[in-house]
Amino acid sequence: MSTKKFMYLNRRAPYGTVYALESLEVVLVAAAFDQDVSLSFIDDGVYQLVEGQNPEGIGMKNFSKTFHALGDYDIKQFYVSAESLEERGLSLDDLMPLVWEDEDDDWAEKPSIKVVSNAELTKIMSEQDVCLSF
Amino acid sequence: MLHTVNKSSFERNSLQSCLNTIDDTSVILLIEDGVISAANNANSSMLADLAAQGRVFALQGDVDARGISSKVADNIKLVDYAGFVDLVEEHGTTVSWV
Repeated sequence: MSTKKFMYLNRRAPYGTVYALESLEVVLVAAAFDQDVSLSFIDDGVYQLVEGQNPEGIGMKNFSKTFHALGDYDIKQFYVSAESLEERGLSLDDLMPLVWEDEDDDWAEKPSIKVVSNAELTKIMSEQDVCLSF
Repeated sequence: MLHTVNKSSFERNSLQSCLNTIDDTSVILLIEDGVISAANNANSSMLADLAAQGRVFALQGDVDARGISSKVADNIKLVDYAGFVDLVEEHGTTVSWV
């Protein structure tokens, strides 16, 4: 089977709507088919990666923990919009420290999240075969 | 009156519409994705004056869910579900800016 480059574009905050959770489900499907998967987070989508989410009080599942497992599915490209973070008073330090293990480098843990400008994101997006927006 | 706002001010104009029509005695309760407007960010100025008058509340459970409790702006009061009920009881008519 041929491999395509898939980008999942996440623009919504978690919990208030089901978009964030549904995106994660579809990301896992693509990963199961060994596709080249990347995730991007812009607008309120950046809130999906904020460290310390605790939805116990609103009776929902903390699905943010699933992001930590994506490295094991070879999903290691998380592009986060610098402008969207800045606008929301957030920085890389507020996000979960997501990592993947590099088998070509003695399984060293390397960061998955890359903060990029919207201009850089434009370029990355143009290199994709498929972009799915949530 | 009590006005509840459940959408992010970055995504919808619900909060702005609420602010355009709110009277001098009403209060605002931010719930669900509306709590994003309780955090210090580029839209904070929208609520700063009302918050200084003690008229802006945010639902604690929704703030905690989104991991932004350390970012909540000064003067915005956090309430639990019982506090939500108290606000409804205290302020009569409720308007939901869905």
